[in-house]
Amino acid sequence: MTITESAVAAARPRRRRFSRYAQYSTVGITVALLALMLVAGSLLYPNFTSGQALLDLLGKNVFLLPLAVGMTFVIISGGIDLSVGAMMALGSVVAATLLQAGWSAPVVIVAVLLIGSLLGLLNGVMVSYFGIQPFIATLASMFLARGLCLVITDRSIAIDNPFFQTMNTAHLDLFEVTSTNLRGKVRVSDVYTTPSVVIALAVLLTAFAVLHYSRFGRTVYAVGGNESSARLMGMAVSRTKISVYVISGLCAGVAGLLFAFYTASGDPVAGIGYELNAIAAVVIGGTLLAGGTGYVLGSFLGVLVLGVIYAFKEFDGDLNTGWTRVMIGVLVLFFIVIQRLVVRRT
Amino acid sequence: MKNLLSSRLAWPVLVLVALLLANFAVNPSFFEITVRDGNLYGPVVDILRRAAPIVLIALGMTLVIATRGIDLSVGAVAALSGSWASMSIISSADRASVGVVLTAVAVALIMALVAGAWNGFLVSTLGIQPIVATLVLMVAGRGLAQIITNEKILYPDNSPAYKLIGGGYLLAVPFSILLAGAIFALTAILTRRTALGTLIEAVGINPAASRLAGIKDRQIIFLVYVFSGFCAGLAGLMLTSNSTSADPNSIGLSIELDAILAVVIGGTALTGGRFSLAGTLVGAFIIETMDAFVVIAISARSTDVFKACVVIVVCLLQSPKIQSWLRGLFTRRRPGTPTGPPRAAGSAEPAGATPTGPASGPAVNPTEQMTRTS
Repeated sequence: MTITESAVAAARPRRRRFSRYAQYSTVGITVALLALMLVAGSLLYPNFTSGQALLDLLGKNVFLLPLAVGMTFVIISGGIDLSVGAMMALGSVVAATLLQAGWSAPVVIVAVLLIGSLLGLLNGVMVSYFGIQPFIATLASMFLARGLCLVITDRSIAIDNPFFQTMNTAHLDLFEVTSTNLRGKVRVSDVYTTPSVVIALAVLLTAFAVLHYSRFGRTVYAVGGNESSARLMGMAVSRTKISVYVISGLCAGVAGLLFAFYTASGDPVAGIGYELNAIAAVVIGGTLLAGGTGYVLGSFLGVLVLGVIYAFKEFDGDLNTGWTRVMIGVLVLFFIVIQRLVVRRT
Repeated sequence: MKNLLSSRLAWPVLVLVALLLANFAVNPSFFEITVRDGNLYGPVVDILRRAAPIVLIALGMTLVIATRGIDLSVGAVAALSGSWASMSIISSADRASVGVVLTAVAVALIMALVAGAWNGFLVSTLGIQPIVATLVLMVAGRGLAQIITNEKILYPDNSPAYKLIGGGYLLAVPFSILLAGAIFALTAILTRRTALGTLIEAVGINPAASRLAGIKDRQIIFLVYVFSGFCAGLAGLMLTSNSTSADPNSIGLSIELDAILAVVIGGTALTGGRFSLAGTLVGAFIIETMDAFVVIAISARSTDVFKACVVIVVCLLQSPKIQSWLRGLFTRRRPGTPTGPPRAAGSAEPAGATPTGPASGPAVNPTEQMTRTS
């Protein structure tokens, strides 16, 4: 650490002009990478970059976006949240169970969001008030949430509530595309997206506004940058740390609902390993795991990059699922090393 | 008596004894050990056998945590080595051949060593945070295992030589227990009879200071990750050799969490700097005994909730807030201490873990504090 800091001090005068842009370099690389992958995909497979396929990048991984958004808050504040995947599963299971018990859809939605926030609060209190390492505290609540899922049910529950069904099947037609297929037949098809995507994007934009244009957002960055300075400056450090975990839990609740919409079911084993995907998306999006620096829109790009990796797998039926994992691992490694270099330099 | 109770190990051991007694209460034949075909059978033997892979992984994890690190990739490394060994035995012409098994095992262990070296390289040479560095292999390792097995589920059950590692017997004792015991003894001798353990602790307390004192901190950090990889690889062999079917997706799934839990229960602080191998051993037994109890007495489905409550209670007990609160309680009522500990031990019984959490507090804390300040 001391070496990095002295290197920072030494390099600053010379590099001041570039350092303003250097912080965006990781995001720049992400954009370039995304473009490169899309080009490679369109060369390898027809229709890879058709309008519908591009929209599906998000549509098929729509529940990952809220998870990544919540994770961004936590990671910028210098923490980590391993419980989001399990919380998402719990949200979907609770929704399915309550609907089965005859609760109305709005009440169920509020209940799921409340449960997510409560578990987030538990994380926040453990981390902030009791000073438990975020990694361990959220690991415990991951066990807890996954365990609660299994206590409620050990199999997936179908949802036949009309509102959830509508959200499952609804298409928002955006525009029409005329395409000519190989036999010369002209076809007009609607390019559509789902209400879930709109909800996820709304979460993203709200998070963007909060993180970059509110006092709370600035405090989150300050706490992640240097907690003791933030405390000395009189910022509400504990409250902020608790809040980011509540936000993450709330986002996991939203993800649980979106998952329930997407699959029309509640699944106790849903989202195993999704915390890793969310962390990967955040890292790929240029957020520093050490805290203090990050972009919520970068996490959006990260989700898209993961989406493209899964699309590769989908377009190529012979591709081993293992490769998607290896590719995610390699990408995370790549961005961590880049970040390491950028941090040393700026 | 007082010395005994202030020992770091006393409370984990008491918890283990309480758990064993709880098991005995629900299952009167719990301590029965029968001899069938000259081999030992019984619930306790079973628990020991199932604990063997966790003991191994937790051993590596203990040393990694002692250097202030953490190794999330152990489950993936176990899947990798287990898949490789099973795959190469299944696809060989003569599954029963000892040579084939030995080669497969050797290559699998080398892969695990390379995986550990990779983690060590990222952490010690590139200086990446351990959680992040090992996250890479945690995601990619299972992917590699899937590529090795070509996404198939393996059935490595008809190679007697391979079966020995996880399910076989040697001198009437399950071989996996002997293997885990041997590695444990070796590690204990290496870290406690040589300076290695002290060096590891020094690096964990303050890497910069230990470097100034002439300790090659990078080498030590590198070595503990290699060792952790090796242990995980061996555990992967145990896990696959004993099973009739093995899916690279599920071999050693979330075993890293169990291993970390074992280490924490055993009294090794996650902040690094000091470690207890014996504590880890007891921690691993506690987890397996707890699982056995939950499965029999409550329901297999509630194991995770139960574990979560235990982790939360253990972490809260280690937290500075509770510690200072308890210290205040402890110093004020010094004459009252004799009544404290036994009650605490009882309250650590599974059923009451959450509500009586604070009561079991005085147990861990004073000892913790003593070792830290002394």
